[in-house]
Amino acid sequence: MRVQVKLFAFFREGRFVKEDKELPEGTTAGMVVDDLKIDREEVGVLMINSRHCKFETVLQDDDIYAIFPVIGGG
Amino acid sequence: MADKVFRVNMTDLSTSIEDVPADWAGHGGRGLTSTIVAAEVPPTCHPLGPNNKLVIAPGLLSGTAAANSGRISCGAKSPLTGTIKEANAGGSSAQRLAKIGCKALIIEGQPEDNSWYSLLLTPEGVTINKEEELIGKGNFAVVDAVEKRFSDKIGVISIGQGGEMQMCAANISIKDPDSHIRSCGRGGLGAVMGSKKVKFIAVDAGDAKVEIADMDAFRAANKVFAKALIDNPISQALGTYGTNVLVNIINEAGGLPTKNFTAGQFEGHEQISGETMHDLIVERGGKPRHACHTGCVIQCSQIYNDLKGNYLTSGFEYESIWAMGADCTIDNLDKIAEMDNIMDDIGIDSIETAVAFGVAMEGGVLDFGDADEMIRIMKEEIAMGTPLGRVIGNGAGNVGRTYGVTRVPVVKNQGIPAYDPRAIKGIGVTYATSTQGADHTMGYTIATEILGVGGSADPLSKEGQVELSRNLQIATAAIDSTGMCLFIAFAALDDGTCLPALIDMINARFGINLTADDVTNLGMSILKTEHAFNVAAGFTNLDDRLPEFFELEPIPPHNTVWDFTGEEIDTFWNF
Repeated sequence: MRVQVKLFAFFREGRFVKEDKELPEGTTAGMVVDDLKIDREEVGVLMINSRHCKFETVLQDDDIYAIFPVIGGG
Repeated sequence: MADKVFRVNMTDLSTSIEDVPADWAGHGGRGLTSTIVAAEVPPTCHPLGPNNKLVIAPGLLSGTAAANSGRISCGAKSPLTGTIKEANAGGSSAQRLAKIGCKALIIEGQPEDNSWYSLLLTPEGVTINKEEELIGKGNFAVVDAVEKRFSDKIGVISIGQGGEMQMCAANISIKDPDSHIRSCGRGGLGAVMGSKKVKFIAVDAGDAKVEIADMDAFRAANKVFAKALIDNPISQALGTYGTNVLVNIINEAGGLPTKNFTAGQFEGHEQISGETMHDLIVERGGKPRHACHTGCVIQCSQIYNDLKGNYLTSGFEYESIWAMGADCTIDNLDKIAEMDNIMDDIGIDSIETAVAFGVAMEGGVLDFGDADEMIRIMKEEIAMGTPLGRVIGNGAGNVGRTYGVTRVPVVKNQGIPAYDPRAIKGIGVTYATSTQGADHTMGYTIATEILGVGGSADPLSKEGQVELSRNLQIATAAIDSTGMCLFIAFAALDDGTCLPALIDMINARFGINLTADDVTNLGMSILKTEHAFNVAAGFTNLDDRLPEFFELEPIPPHNTVWDFTGEEIDTFWNF
């Protein structure tokens, strides 16, 4: 299946801003984080199709998956 | 210096230094400005008339070495909302006021002629001087001239042309350590200062220092407190990307109000994002990290240079960038920075003014995305006080009424900031119930709904949102009284050492024994004091509502509407 992965803030350093990835069925949000060698402790927010999700959430074909570090503002 | 109340009467040009009444002693910052306004201002008075009072107060810990304690609070009855109002900012004046022993400055009355004045505050008291040279000038010229008259160490609190013309978007500007501007932005308090005919207030602290009851305990607590702030990952991200790190995440969540609140995502989000801003700042030799006041360890401000590497603006905030960017559909960060600087100079709120421009664009006054016309209107219409300039300078609600626009994002006539309440519902409860009109900082539910700080809440669900907003509004009222920057809340919500250390510092400063419960009770009592003022001014629960269009128009991408009932919103006040 095809999933668009988007990275933000310092997660982009040495990686990418946006990339289409071919992933096996059953891939979870957390597995993509691990493959990118991002420390799960540094992850603040995960969203699939503009909705918050968890490391355990299973990705689906055509999903847009966004990975953010711990950030804040206001 | 022992704390005193400095009082200035602009009707008869008299001044006095008064002892602090016992029931004001435990207050600082917002708690004190609201307590004084509630005690001394008739709720039904005209905000720009002689019976309103402008109260300026440092926080409880301002002027000490406590990290991030340099916020200054300005309070009055607001000409924009008609409610009680407090707006706070960084800069260098809170610390100077605290050092000269000024617990609060109360400016009352107004001159009967058209003369303008300035105030000079020193440890000895207040001097009122006639002012002619700087009338009609912007804030940067004022800061420059006041530094030349006194010294570059002087604290400056001033108004630009917006405040002189008593526009409802006028803010009160505070000089920062680099002689740039921080703003007590919301609610038109600059117009109240203008109505008192005070162009600027200079604060000369000399060698004065704040007294600390127990210095050893204070130092120990400050060490723990500062460490909690520095170690917090959100503090670190704020120092790198500024508050503007939010553009991309709020856009991703579908809650970034775009094109006058007709969509929740902006095509040009990446061009105006914190990530892009950081890269441009580094490329052009600016500073990604910058403290808006001495002692700030988070440093979310920055120095943003233009293409040639010359200073363009600082304190370049998410809210301002969203308002000029997504809301007015401008995807050019340099143009937005130029406007940010112009608004600092004129002394107008970058949220209210830019939201007003979004409504003006909808009303056909100018095209969406036309940054050059926005810049022209700011310089040639608002700063000059033309009829169009005054229409826009009096805020989003005023523009909507003038041009027959019904999609006007305001609550209690104050422009709604950078989070759409249909896609992020908890913040809508804050907009509706805040004692001061639409204001995200009053109860920042975004932390929990979007950022996962202090727990989590589904932004598209109503569940738990009233309680979340209530708890955060109570905590915020207390934090706003300490002189602390609100961004300490990110550490306070998730690091158990932060809040106890803050309370220990207050206790060590004053030689008292506050507990965490006392702090919560302080927050509750401030909210109730403010609410009671509004009720006496004529506000009812029916004013605690969002504009109708939020119920009628689904917002993409989630295609949700605002669906809280009035009864549900009204449970906010059950405490």
